[in-house]
Order: sequence, then C-alpha cells, then structure tokens
Amino acid sequence: MNAPILEMKNITKEFPGVKALSDVSFQVAKGEIHCLVGENGAGKSTLMKILSGVYPHGNYNGDVIFNGRVQKFSGISDSEKAGIAIIYQELALIPEMTVYENIFLGHEIKNGLLIDWNETIKQAGEMLKKVNLDINPATKVRNLGVGKQQLVEIAKALSKDVKLLILDEPTSSLNETDSENLLALLRDLKHQGVTSIMISHKLKEVIEIADTITVLRDGQTVATLSKDEVTEHKLIKHMVGREINNIYPKREHKPSQEIVLEVKNWNAYHPTLGRAILKDVSFNLKKGEIIGFAGLIGSGRTELALSIFGNPDGYRLSGELFINGIKKQFHHPQDAIKTGIAYVTEDRKGDGLILIQDVKQNITLANLYKISQRGIVNNNAEIQVANQYKADLNIKTPSVEQKVSNLSGGNQQKVCLGKWLFVGPDILILDEPTRGIDVGAKYEIYTIMKDLVKQGMSIIMISSELPEVLGMSDRVYIVSAGKIAGELNAEEATQEKVMQLATN
Amino acid sequence: MTFFENAKKVLQQNIREYGMYIALFVIMVFFTITTNGTFISSRNIVNLINQTGYIAVLAVGMTLIIIIRQIDLSVGFLAGFLGAIAAIAMADPKVIPNGLNLPVYAVIPLTLSLGVMAGLITGFLVAQMKIPSFVASLAGWLIYRGAILVVTESTGTIIIANSAFNAIGNGFIPDIPDIGILPGVHKLTLLLGVVAVILLVINEFNNRRKKQSYNFEVLPTEIFALKLIFLAAIIGGITWILAGYQGLSWTAVIVLLVTLIYNFVMSQTVLGRHIYAIGGNPDAAELSGISVKKLVYVVFGSMGMLSALSGILFTSRLQSATTTAGTLFELDAIAAAYVGGVSAAGGVGKVVGSIIGALVMTSLTSGMNLMGIGISYQYIVRGAVLAAAVIFDVTTRGKN
Repeated sequence: MNAPILEMKNITKEFPGVKALSDVSFQVAKGEIHCLVGENGAGKSTLMKILSGVYPHGNYNGDVIFNGRVQKFSGISDSEKAGIAIIYQELALIPEMTVYENIFLGHEIKNGLLIDWNETIKQAGEMLKKVNLDINPATKVRNLGVGKQQLVEIAKALSKDVKLLILDEPTSSLNETDSENLLALLRDLKHQGVTSIMISHKLKEVIEIADTITVLRDGQTVATLSKDEVTEHKLIKHMVGREINNIYPKREHKPSQEIVLEVKNWNAYHPTLGRAILKDVSFNLKKGEIIGFAGLIGSGRTELALSIFGNPDGYRLSGELFINGIKKQFHHPQDAIKTGIAYVTEDRKGDGLILIQDVKQNITLANLYKISQRGIVNNNAEIQVANQYKADLNIKTPSVEQKVSNLSGGNQQKVCLGKWLFVGPDILILDEPTRGIDVGAKYEIYTIMKDLVKQGMSIIMISSELPEVLGMSDRVYIVSAGKIAGELNAEEATQEKVMQLATN
Repeated sequence: MTFFENAKKVLQQNIREYGMYIALFVIMVFFTITTNGTFISSRNIVNLINQTGYIAVLAVGMTLIIIIRQIDLSVGFLAGFLGAIAAIAMADPKVIPNGLNLPVYAVIPLTLSLGVMAGLITGFLVAQMKIPSFVASLAGWLIYRGAILVVTESTGTIIIANSAFNAIGNGFIPDIPDIGILPGVHKLTLLLGVVAVILLVINEFNNRRKKQSYNFEVLPTEIFALKLIFLAAIIGGITWILAGYQGLSWTAVIVLLVTLIYNFVMSQTVLGRHIYAIGGNPDAAELSGISVKKLVYVVFGSMGMLSALSGILFTSRLQSATTTAGTLFELDAIAAAYVGGVSAAGGVGKVVGSIIGALVMTSLTSGMNLMGIGISYQYIVRGAVLAAAVIFDVTTRGKN
C-alpha cells in the first residue's frame, strides 16, 4: 500500500439531536480507487462534506490530513485549492452555458482583466480529451445527456489540477454503457495518478473497480476491506449487520385476504427528466395490511406513490390501477383523496405542511368541507377537531393555534399524520414517516400505524430504514431502478436479502 | 391578572394587527393638529374617502393576488380602459360616434363582466401557460394602455351626461324626511351607524357565547367590554363626522360592501382558506387536493372585476373618461397592500389591512395638500412611509 494521501482521524459530527458520525477513521492511499459504501443515512455524505469543506473546520471533531498536512478547510474553495474536487449526484453545471464556459467557471483563464476565450476553448478541448469525450466544447450543456454531463464535470475537476476526486453515486442515473465508460475513465485517471473516492450503492461495480472498500454503518466505520478479500455477501453483512433493537410494537393481527389496491404493469415517464422512472410495476395491498417499499434513495418509490396519488407532477403513465376491484384513473390528488387514499409526503416542510399557518389550519386543510356549512368554515369546530388529534396523536404543542414551524420534527410529522387521518382514508401512504425524528416519537408513530391497521386501514410504508421496514411490514416490496426487484413476506425477509435485491 | 396586565398581553399578541390602525390614527391626529382641524372636518373626510375608493377596491383584489404569490400590473390601465368603455356604452350616438345609449343598470354589469373576462385572460396566461404574472400582466399593462387610446382617439375626453352614473363617485345616500330633530345632520347616516354598532355588539356577543359553549378561552370580560366600547366609539365617531356633512357617499357604501364581502370570504369560507393555503405552500396545497390552477383563475377573475369597479368609480368621480385614466393605480394599490401588512412571500395578509393601507396613503396626500407641501416632497414622504411599514412588518413577523 502506498503512503496515504488522505487520512481522516476520529471524526465526530453531531447535528441537533443526532450523531451523524462518531469517531470515524478513514484512510485513502495515493493512486487508488477507494469505494465508500453503506446504507442510506450511514454517514457517507456527511463524511465527504467534511472533507470538501461544506462543514467547515471547527464544526466537527477530529483531524483531516491531506497530502501530509492537517487541513482546516473553511469552505469548498479551500479544499479545491488543496486539490480535492467533489462531484455530486445532482450535477452542478449551468445548462444554458457552453461546455468550455462550464469547465472554467470560477477559475477563468484571464489575459489581464479580460477572459481569454481562445485559450479557454483550447484548454477545454484538452480536458475533454482526457475524459475521452469527443464533443465540441462550444456545445451547450443543456444539449448533453446525463452521462456526458458527468464527464464534463470530471473534466472541470481535472482543469483545477485535482489530486483527489470524489464521486457521489456517479452511476445512479446512468445507463449501462455510460456507467461502463465512467468506470473505465476512473481506471484511466488512476493511471494518470489521480486518486478517487467513489460512493456507490451498486455493489457489483464497487467490487469491480475498487482497490479498497470502507463500509460505514450508523455513523461508524465497520470495516475496511481490500479487493482481494471482498465478496458481495461480506459487504452486505457489514452494511446491515446491526442489532435490531425491538422497538416495534407487537404484530397482533393478520390482514384479511381482500385486496383494496392493485397496480398492474404500471409505467411512468418523466417528461422533464426525459426518461422512464417506473418500469412495469405491479403490486397489491390487502385490507388491514402494512406493506413496505424498501429500496435505495432514487429508486423510484416516491415517484410510484405520487403517480398513484393523482400524479401531480404530470408523469406520462400507462398501466392499470384498481381500488377495491374497480379500475380508476386519477387526474388530480383531489380524485385520489375522494377515493379514500391519503399520502403523507416525504418532505414535510417542503410539500407537507404550510409552515406559516398554525396546527389547526394544517390539520383541517385537506378536508375543510367536513367542518363547513355552505362553504363557511366553523372555526370553533375546527379547534375542536384539532384538539382531538392533538390528544389522540399526542402532539406536543402549547395550543393548536401555534404555528407548525415552531414544532419539533416529530410533532410536525404527527400534524401531517393528523391532517391525513382527518380525511378518513382507507389507504394511507406514508413516505419516510420517521425521517429525522427521535426514537420516542418513532415508537409513537409505529403504535399509531398498528392501531390504524387494526381498525381496517391499509398502509403503504416507504422507508429507507431497513429495520423499520422489516419490523413493521406484513410484506416487503423491494424497488430498484424503477422496477419491483422482489417481494418478501415478513417471515422470510432479512436485511441481507432486501439489500441484495435493492443493490442489484 | 389585573386589567392593565391583561390589556398589555392582548396588545402585545396583536401588535402586528393593531400597528396599522395605530399608524393611521397617529397620522390623522398629526394632520388635524398641523391643519388646525381642517383635516378632520366632515367635508375633508368625505372627500378623502371618495378619493380612496377607486384605489381601495383595487387594493382589495391585489391583496388576494399577492397572497397567492402573484402580481398584477395591468389593473390600472384596465380600470381606465373599462371606465372608457362604460362611458361609450352610455353615450348618445349623436355626441360620441360609437355610443350605444345603454341605460346605466345595463352598463355596470356589462363593465364588471368585461373586467372578469380580462382577469381570466391574465389568469389563463399565469395558470395554463405558466407565464410569470409580472410578465403576463405587464403585457396587459401595455395592451390596455393602448386600448384606452384607441377608444378615445376620435373623441378625446368623453364627458358623461348620465347623472345616476355620476352619483356613484359624487353622490350621497338620501336622507330620511326632516322630522324636526337634529337639523343640519344627515339622519339616515346616523341611523345606519347606530344599526352597525348594534349588529357589531350582537355579533361579538354571539361569537363569545359560541366559544364559551365549546369551552374555549375568550377575552377577559373587562378587555372584551373595552374592545366593544372602542369599536363602537370608532364607528360612532366616523358616522358623526360623515353625518355632519352630506352623509355616507355612494362610494363609501360600495367600498364598505366590497370590504365586508371579501373579508368574510377570506376569513370565514373554505375558498378563502384555500387561497391562503396555496399562498403559504402551493405544493402542499396541491397535494392536499386543492386545485391551484382553478384558484389562480378565481383570484385573477376577481381582480379583473374589481378593476372594472375601480374604473367605474374613477370615471364617475371625474364625470368623464380621459385618455390617461388609471395611470399608476396599480402601484398605489400594491403600495396600499404592502402598507396594510400583506407579505411579499405570500400566504399572509388581510383585506381590511389593505383598506387601512389605502387610507394611510390617501391621508398622507390629503394632509400634505392641506399643509401646502409640494408634490415632490409628498412622493418622498409616501415612499418613506411605505418602506417604514414594510420594515415594521418584517421585523415583527415571527415574534408570536
């Protein structure tokens, strides 16, 4: 093993209420391709954000030693100066600018006060050659496919004389050929002396390309493996090998055999992204059942929920949707709500709650007509309804007239839940219902879910937390790259099996 | 808790809401002193209300527009254009070439419907074509400005001969026959004031009783009494001032009705709540089953109708349609809404607040005119007040 180019020592990073990283140590040898794997939320991105200066020095504990020196980055520009470049999943190019403008954006080649465009174009061409991309540097980035855009990003990094290249899930939005090209390029760059760190969920490609692999789990380093000793099975075991603490309320009742929702051969095409996001998805949900949708972030689970829930983002859909055996077509979330479906969104602040309004207004929003006569809202009945949910769901707020922005995450989530329960749904879709909330509130939400299915409601739970999916679901569907990669019963589902299907 | 502690608490909790009323009050007292009482005279107050009318109705519509995170710049010239259309529709063909000689009771609904249509067109561009409302309504601004010139091209200013129409902007409600008491006072106005106070008291007591029946917290008794006395005094005072001249003007009646209706819709109905919701978070509203598109149409349609009403009020007040009618009305309306506490970020604002905002702005003009301050300084002062109002609004936000 070569001398390390990067050493991160005893890194600890806390967010209010959560320890994202605890005492993580991580070493990358010069000239290698080092892969970083772990489940959603294991701390990979946080670690890379510390390395690239997004979380500045002083914001975390521990040392970052790069090129033999302890670095104290106070921003991305510092880490760039040191020779570290990070390429995110969401590309950071400006679509309306040309390739050469993008490559030298922020470190323009100047001739006195002015930009030397001729030199820029010439050098951009050289950078493109380095990444094996044969395009005119004057092309607008908007006109390139995702794969080529990614190569432009790498060219941009190379133009800054990069020593350490970090790629965050570079192949997640690429097709097979583009992925292979990218991996080939990484090997190429390795021979040119560039060290790379790659975060990836695709274990096969990790094993194919990595010299060394570090596995993170729950904010800790659990293993560092060299390419000779690694197998897919071993990796998965390290990734999911935590103890399942039994925080899930006991399953006491069996769902009936009556199917309330069935989706057949469901396809969705995203018009702005310009690609298919769901491919031939079929599944069903029985009365009184909780089904879990497991999968990686970006696998298409939220899109699946939205496409069923009235398709507000306007995907082009094909396939069949049956509610209680009757074929349905929804044109607006309104139609889905009327049919008895409720959808608690993943991003409660972004599209779940109206933060500037109070608890009661948020709870009644989706079903105001229930507390109205001839279009006039009964304000007193509204307070009564809100107080009822406050008590039932144990929402901790001094009054229902408190703005929801002043509530904690767990209590905001309960307000979302209350809002959708007030609609009186038969089918409840919960998208990441416990993200970012503390253990106590999590348990309360699990208990509420169990009570609801006992009363005959059916629940679809989308979750990236494997133990939660396994602990709560009667059946688990595994979604991978817009397809249903498998279906497991509660009895047969294990973390290893789910992870195996999800990373295929 | 003592009376004063209670009063302090209520005041603190509602400082944002009461801020504008206090500002209006301070401005009025200031001008009353500096003009030796001329400002508060019946005649001036009546004038002030009539002057505010055509901006006030625009400000009401603009409040809804800004609440849903849009803007409408076209309303000024739309008002001017529709005012001209109304004038032509009523005109005698012998005097005005295209005159239709229509009766006033046909012209008003016609003008209002045209306003709704114009509003729906802007709504279509915003909701359906996804054009930013600033651009869509700027196009309208240019188009209606040209349209006024087109329809008044051959005639120039169109004088309106219809006295019923002209009464809208200049006339007063009739009085009950003289029965020998209170000579020189407009008795019907006084009577309406008394009725208003009685209705207010009954309504407040009803609400309080309903709340108590649900076991909800209500204002402490003495504060409640104080509030009633205060509100009654304000209504009584205004009524007394108005009754001292010629009574309630028709403009005041119209503005009052528009305010009451819009305030009711916004604060008490499902429609109003949905409008606030899409302003607060359009994505969340859409996912809650609210059709954002439909409401954009509704709000722009209402704005168009109020633009037509503003045009009618203004044309009637001048008793003529001019080639420059409506110039800068839109900015006065926007300023009134912001002074009245509407938030540029959307989702926050009250119709009554915008009316108060409009009154603040016209009071400044009227008071400074009476003091003999030049127009140049008037603009500067009004600009400073607008900035101060928004600063107050931003700094007190989120404190409760």
